[in-house]
Amino acid sequence: MSGLTYETVAAFAQQGGTIYFGLIFMGGLAYALWPRNKEAFRRLAQLPLEDDDHV
Amino acid sequence: MTQAAVSRDDAPLNALVLFTFTGVAALLAILATAFSPDPAFRFHGWVMIGAFVTAFMVMAVGLANGRFKDEPTRYHDGVVRAGVIATMFWAIAGLAAGGLVAAQLSWPNIFYFPQFPELNFGRLRPLHTSAVIFAFGGNALIATSFYVVQRTSKARLFGGAWPWFVFWGYQLFIVLAATGYVAGITQGREYAEPEWYVDLWLTIVWVAYLLVFLGTIWKRKEPHIYVANWFYLAFIVTIAILHLVNNAALPVGLLETKSYSAFAGVQDALTQWWYGHNAVGFFLTAGFLAMMYYFVPKRVERPVYSYRLSIVHFWSLIFIYIWAGPHHLHYTALPQWAQTLGMTFSVMLWMPSWGGMINGLMTLSGAWDKLRTDPVVRMMVVAIAFYGMSTFEGPLMSIRAVNALSHYTDWTIGHVHSGALGWVGFISFGAIYCLVPWLWKKDRLYSNTLVEWHFWIATTGILLYIAAMWVSGIMEGLMWREYTPQGYLANAFVETVAAKHIENVIRTLGGVMYLAGAVIMSYNLWRTIRMPSSATADLSAPAPNPLLAAAE
Repeated sequence: MSGLTYETVAAFAQQGGTIYFGLIFMGGLAYALWPRNKEAFRRLAQLPLEDDDHV
Repeated sequence: MTQAAVSRDDAPLNALVLFTFTGVAALLAILATAFSPDPAFRFHGWVMIGAFVTAFMVMAVGLANGRFKDEPTRYHDGVVRAGVIATMFWAIAGLAAGGLVAAQLSWPNIFYFPQFPELNFGRLRPLHTSAVIFAFGGNALIATSFYVVQRTSKARLFGGAWPWFVFWGYQLFIVLAATGYVAGITQGREYAEPEWYVDLWLTIVWVAYLLVFLGTIWKRKEPHIYVANWFYLAFIVTIAILHLVNNAALPVGLLETKSYSAFAGVQDALTQWWYGHNAVGFFLTAGFLAMMYYFVPKRVERPVYSYRLSIVHFWSLIFIYIWAGPHHLHYTALPQWAQTLGMTFSVMLWMPSWGGMINGLMTLSGAWDKLRTDPVVRMMVVAIAFYGMSTFEGPLMSIRAVNALSHYTDWTIGHVHSGALGWVGFISFGAIYCLVPWLWKKDRLYSNTLVEWHFWIATTGILLYIAAMWVSGIMEGLMWREYTPQGYLANAFVETVAAKHIENVIRTLGGVMYLAGAVIMSYNLWRTIRMPSSATADLSAPAPNPLLAAAE
């Protein structure tokens, strides 16, 4: 495994990790800001206020 | 009785599996205790035999009497009630231990018995930290998560009798950890002192906890997973990973207490602080933010200020927190790029933290008057304010140049306690003040005046504590780096200890005041539980909102 040096592993982890985590975070951000989700979020913000005693 | 109702009286499979599990565990504990050459291991073996045999017998009686039948139409609140009681019990125990070790730092001869190493400061300090973080905080998290996930999923807890296993299994973990510290059984890892077999036991309990929580979410009737459950889930999953990696160790024998870590040197230090700081991020922050996102809107009867912001808060918090650990290792053998990485992510954490603080505070929009009229709301708002303050102070202290002054000083202790007493403690107390009347079907708390007393005594105590630690921390940091004109260090270490005596006394007073508040709270809750139940105890009647009554 001569190709598996510290530099290659570090480059893969640093660049790949940045892209991978960046994309997931962008996905989360898009989900939060997506206009179609607005109504669901309005309802979810009220969820704790609903009646408690029944399953 | 219909056929379905009759067949439900039979013991469900989950209870039989748990019954078998306790029996097998009792047998294994007896064998391990019988064959172990290690007296410390035998001591813990007896604790485990006691726990498992008791559980086995209680379950046998319960199964014989047809307990454990599933009630799918009702929420499982019994385990939450037990969790609330355990939370307050461990709060008093952990805070009392804190008061004692604080007094020992002020007056070293207090409670000092050279012939009893069990009561040495070095053993009582981890007893205090574990009792407040894992026993008090952990029980508060488990209890509230079981309450919140049911309400926001509109489903009964998954797993039948297994939530009880999570509760009692976690108490056994606490007892094993605490008695181990006093007996001198420790692997010496900060906030992860329990030895390998206690770690394995916690792993079993934690997997059961994860399955109960996930199973409840799986059968939810609400299409979305409410944001509080995301925070609870991040807490449960991340703690599982941190626990498994940080505690990777090889025991010297299968029936021996002692083990050696799989890591060594700077890798060991980094693993330790990757664990340690994420215990702060995911145990002491994410889980308690879940509390904030349920109990604050519920109590003030206002929707979450911005649900969008709560989603961004969640993802940015968990993405950034996981990298912050290296700031505990500034100016060590850790490569400087890793120190800089930890510092940079710590500074970035300021944004999601304050986003979350704003989201929590602004949820009071339209209900700010409750700050004046409802001391429970005030307690939770002050908790959020302390969250904002300590998450501003933390990034500041993570900067290398600041850390050069603050590290190893009392400033760090003050920072931890503004987060722990102000944020974690107050948001938990607020949630429990909400929960007790709801769980025991009371119209209100026994006394709002006592909540006021609790609030003001504890708040004053926190302020005395952190102000004293700022003064002593910065003073000793400056004294440590002071040179004489000849280039020698100006102060011996013991001189810096003597110089902060008054601050240590003030800190002890502040801690004892905080403990006094928890004692007042326990009395108030006990009287609340003993009050006659409201008419709404009958589930067929629609429940009036208990919040309005409590706020009067």
